Amino acid sequence: MTARVAATRIEWRLATVLDVVPETPGTRTLLLDVPGWPGHRAGQHVDVRLTADDGYQAERSYSIASPPEDEKLALTVERLVDGEVSPYLTEELHPGDKFELRGPIGGYFVWDLPSGGPLFLVGGGSGIVPLMAMIRHRDSSLAAGDPDARKKLPTRLLYSSRAWDEVIYRDELAALTAKDPTLEVVHTLTRNPPAGWTGFHRRIDRAMLAEVGWPASDTPRVFVCGPTPLVEVVASTLVDLGHQPALVKTERFGPTGGPT
Amino acid sequence: MTPISRGFRGRRQPEGAAARLPPGQYETRDFPVLSAGPTPRTPLSVWDLTLRAPDGQSARWTWDELVALPREKVTVDIHCVTKWSKFGTSWEGIAIDTLISAASARGVKTASYVMARSDGGYTTNVPLADLTNGQGWIAFNYGDAALPPEHGGPARLLVPHLYFWKSAKWVRELRFMENDTPGFWESLGYHNYGDPWREQRYAGDE
Repeated sequence: MTARVAATRIEWRLATVLDVVPETPGTRTLLLDVPGWPGHRAGQHVDVRLTADDGYQAERSYSIASPPEDEKLALTVERLVDGEVSPYLTEELHPGDKFELRGPIGGYFVWDLPSGGPLFLVGGGSGIVPLMAMIRHRDSSLAAGDPDARKKLPTRLLYSSRAWDEVIYRDELAALTAKDPTLEVVHTLTRNPPAGWTGFHRRIDRAMLAEVGWPASDTPRVFVCGPTPLVEVVASTLVDLGHQPALVKTERFGPTGGPT
Repeated sequence: MTPISRGFRGRRQPEGAAARLPPGQYETRDFPVLSAGPTPRTPLSVWDLTLRAPDGQSARWTWDELVALPREKVTVDIHCVTKWSKFGTSWEGIAIDTLISAASARGVKTASYVMARSDGGYTTNVPLADLTNGQGWIAFNYGDAALPPEHGGPARLLVPHLYFWKSAKWVRELRFMENDTPGFWESLGYHNYGDPWREQRYAGDE
């Protein structure tokens, strides 16, 4: 009766920075070479460990941005104003630098083709990162010449950012939707919309979810990632709208913003 | 083998804090929220807690019955596998020892392992020996207020000496098992036991 999986330890590996790509003023994508990387699923994350010259170490978790098909592992990191690790990763690292990571980690907030669709992704800020891995995985694993396969896995992303220049992967998302009518991306900007902005300009709410998402009767696979207040509102509202809680998978980060 | 990160200073903890931090953890003053799905909301009028023996015998408490049991207040450090630790968190609840005594008086036998089951279907496994002798509680107050739903209210398991995913939010049942069986995260790559001081984060960590 006892299910005992002979688990192999997730080893620390040495990652070499191949490139540092600016995404927005506050975020960078680290393209990494990780010898021995065992592969991952879209939505998983890694632990990063930095060591100072006196041996002091700090660990943090970062979502993987690249799809399993890519040769290079990509992490997109948001610089937190009072962060301990993210300022180093986003401002100090240069190509050729090395640091330790281990992974992949997490077996629940993941999506692959057999998970099916429709796929409804809801992200806030850098919560887009694991969702982008899913979008990229869908794009690179479905043959470009097979529109039927894409139609069977229609995907919508509702993405909340503070401002237009803080939209991570903005150009890539636009290019993907331009070539693939079965992928729809809807932005909402919570603070400073650019002149002439006709899109949503508010936090994600019930009306927006009802308008952008699939009805619960279509049983979409839902992934929500972002700051806790956004995830709480989105997940609760989707359940109110009739979605099965088991189909709504969440990943949260950041402080609660609450009194405690 | 471990590379030095040129220019990385990090944020050194004061002496006292450093000694309270398990390896790989950092102190936060916030109380981050982590859960795999939507926050369940069960009305207290239908809420109950069940202790269930391997033979199916069970003891059940309604909300009013549970909170009428002798309460304990504890102040403990908590450690989340996602790396944050929070010092000096204050909780109020019912010791698992108290529940087990009351349950055994009703003929409910314990066993070596416990599966906690929550609203929403979450499960986590903990050895009985880690819940008894003042090491585990069903907590319903945090600070001096009712535990908020996003933090596991109305009641969560509190096992502060293990990584915090073992402290199941929205707990409704403790089921005693003769054999250890992995729960939700334990089946998805996380460590079966989860001792922060041995940094048992993931399956395969020693």
